[in-house]
Amino acid sequence: MRRSLIVLLMVVIGSMGALGGASPAAGQEIVIGVQCDRTGATQIVGTVLCPGFHDYIALVNSKGGVEGRKIKALEIDHEYKVPPAVESYERHKKEGAVTMAVYGTPQIYALAAKLTEDRIPGTSPGFGSAAAADGIRYPYIFPIAATYWSQGAAAVDFVKKQMMGGSLKGKKIAFIFYDNPAGREPIEVLEDLATLEGFQLKIFAVPPPGVEMGAQVLDIAQRYRADAVIAHLFGGAPAVSIKEFKRVGYPLNKVVSFVWGSAEANIDAAGGFAAAEGYYTMQFAGVGTDYPVLNEIREMYKKEGKPAPKEMASTVFYNRGVLIAALHVEAIRNALKAKPDGKITGVDTKAGFEKISGFTLGGLVPPLKITPTDHEGGGLVQIWQVKGGKFVKVTEWYSAYTDVVAKHIKAAAAK
Amino acid sequence: MIHRECGVLKTSYEADMAFYPLPIARWTVAVLAVLFFAVIPLALHEYYLSVANLVWIAVIGALGLNILVGYTGQISIGHGAFMSVGAYTAANLATRLDSPWPVNLLAGGLMAAAVGAVVGIPSLRIKGLYLAIATLAGQLIIEWTINHVTFISGGVQASISVPRPRLGSMVLSSQRDMYYFLLVFVVLAIVGTMNLVRSRVGRAFIAIRDQDIAAEIIGIDIFRYKLLAFAVSSFYAGVTGVLYTYFLGIANYEQFQIGVSIDYLAMIIVGGLGSVLGSIFGAIFITLLPIVIRLTMESFGGLFFAPQTVLNLIPNLRLMLFGALIIFFLVVEPDGLNRLWRNIRNYFRIWPFAY
Repeated sequence: MRRSLIVLLMVVIGSMGALGGASPAAGQEIVIGVQCDRTGATQIVGTVLCPGFHDYIALVNSKGGVEGRKIKALEIDHEYKVPPAVESYERHKKEGAVTMAVYGTPQIYALAAKLTEDRIPGTSPGFGSAAAADGIRYPYIFPIAATYWSQGAAAVDFVKKQMMGGSLKGKKIAFIFYDNPAGREPIEVLEDLATLEGFQLKIFAVPPPGVEMGAQVLDIAQRYRADAVIAHLFGGAPAVSIKEFKRVGYPLNKVVSFVWGSAEANIDAAGGFAAAEGYYTMQFAGVGTDYPVLNEIREMYKKEGKPAPKEMASTVFYNRGVLIAALHVEAIRNALKAKPDGKITGVDTKAGFEKISGFTLGGLVPPLKITPTDHEGGGLVQIWQVKGGKFVKVTEWYSAYTDVVAKHIKAAAAK
Repeated sequence: MIHRECGVLKTSYEADMAFYPLPIARWTVAVLAVLFFAVIPLALHEYYLSVANLVWIAVIGALGLNILVGYTGQISIGHGAFMSVGAYTAANLATRLDSPWPVNLLAGGLMAAAVGAVVGIPSLRIKGLYLAIATLAGQLIIEWTINHVTFISGGVQASISVPRPRLGSMVLSSQRDMYYFLLVFVVLAIVGTMNLVRSRVGRAFIAIRDQDIAAEIIGIDIFRYKLLAFAVSSFYAGVTGVLYTYFLGIANYEQFQIGVSIDYLAMIIVGGLGSVLGSIFGAIFITLLPIVIRLTMESFGGLFFAPQTVLNLIPNLRLMLFGALIIFFLVVEPDGLNRLWRNIRNYFRIWPFAY
């Protein structure tokens, strides 16, 4: 029984050391809470996006911080599970975080009430409830990027103008989506637009985990004979969809994907850029390596005598990480400008977010205008296309059918 | 050491059947009560209370699953789904009828019990692995139903926000309020389970677990007790789901997917099948270990690696250590943490003598 005793002692000592080690953040640093998913359902995103976030923060700190204050980004990996997300939220709150970068749709749902009660702004870029674009109803939640409703509207607009030459009358559009709440979110907007524009909409659900969609794709290509496809898939599913469309001979230049099926990683998994030639993708951050901020990050690494991180090669997710970090920093900058003593709280950073306007980071960030009523910032996206082995920009930043989206946001707020 | 039985004489049946026959055990419970009701909530920071709250919710769920798996021997991989049944029942009642939380809590538990009893029907014909797969089907069907029936899920987002629970005019919103709120139910669940398993019903459960044919021969109504075990276990699960809903302020079916069912199975296996204390240990172990491992990594990982590498390393190393520790514990003590604890206690009972 001595052995059991030793085991117990080891556990006790280990946990004591751990609790003792968790010291609060140093006084003058501004703390951002970052939730991450480097080991979970969507780790394909997290392993690239989170380094992007940290690199931008490191860049800001290397240039002397924001208004003379250093920023500390505390990251916790929650494996895309809700209880660890709640735990990490409380931990970040304890460390004095003034903003939270939440990650994941169920997680932002679960934390929505807490964020509002504790008055800490949380961001949900590119996922989560589209209704949170309403700043009055959800004062402390900031989508800060095109929601699924805006993405749906932009996709229909793109199909209308670029693929169909200006009219959707009598056309057939297929919407293939991952069958969970986040996947179903755009349907109501698409249905509205179908009535408005007079096209036929048919929805094709792909059950989780989304690697089995041969039947749906065959249906779209050969039975329904869709004129265009709007795809809203996550994780490993986008790659499967590209392969399946290719297999049944459906032209990929009639497919436009939402933002989570739009990264290099998805294309690579589908067999490379050559295999996905023609595929249209939607982006809420700039794609590619030619942005001044990315050059600065590479410079920073060079100065330290290190090579640029390999994550930078996956520009879609990496740039999104930079975008999210930059918007957080910008909100903190605005808050510090309003309160030069540096004692800012979540209330100040909320106001800071709501002042963001005309901040583009050399084109990597869309010209968002976040206001107290519109936390989405306009719902701007760009469409890029897989062409000649890389992503090629097809449109500039735009948003579409803003009145329809606004109507849905208003209806959701009334609930 | 001080856990001695000598000198304790029982002169009545009541004394023999008492919850805690030894005075030392009663003192321990009293000390624990003071610790958990007064010292911990008043001394600790809200963050630690939030972790405790997650543990409390898990304790109730693990107790429920242990009644079914540990005491009755019916394997279930549908525990998470029963939680979601409770959560959505309560959320719908709270938002549609504006009913108070005690009603929702009870209704959530009862609805889950009813659904659990239905899912338990195959247990009358099949056993073991086959039953596990049947309950897995239950999990998937319930998940699908909540996901697609908007009457239940409240819209395409399949999530319903609920108002915070109130006590009179006080709204329970801080982690400290929730701590007390949850602790009451944890105590109820523990006392309830302890009494259940030493009652007539509990003995019938154990008889079914040990040898169901023999149990039938001695006159136990297998049909009734197997379904009862499913119902009671699901009642606990439903209550867990409702508490989760009130804790987070939202019911969302993605919190109760199959991974959750597996987590709870892990809790009772690591903690110890067929023991109340084991459920508690298991819930604490599975909930707390990832947090403790991460905190340790954060403290000491920086000594060996660059900050960016640490960030990448922590989550992966945490998963590996978590898995390795579970295997280690099961190899050292396959009967779970509860047996480990009993061994330690027995060792000290005769200490310092070796016999």
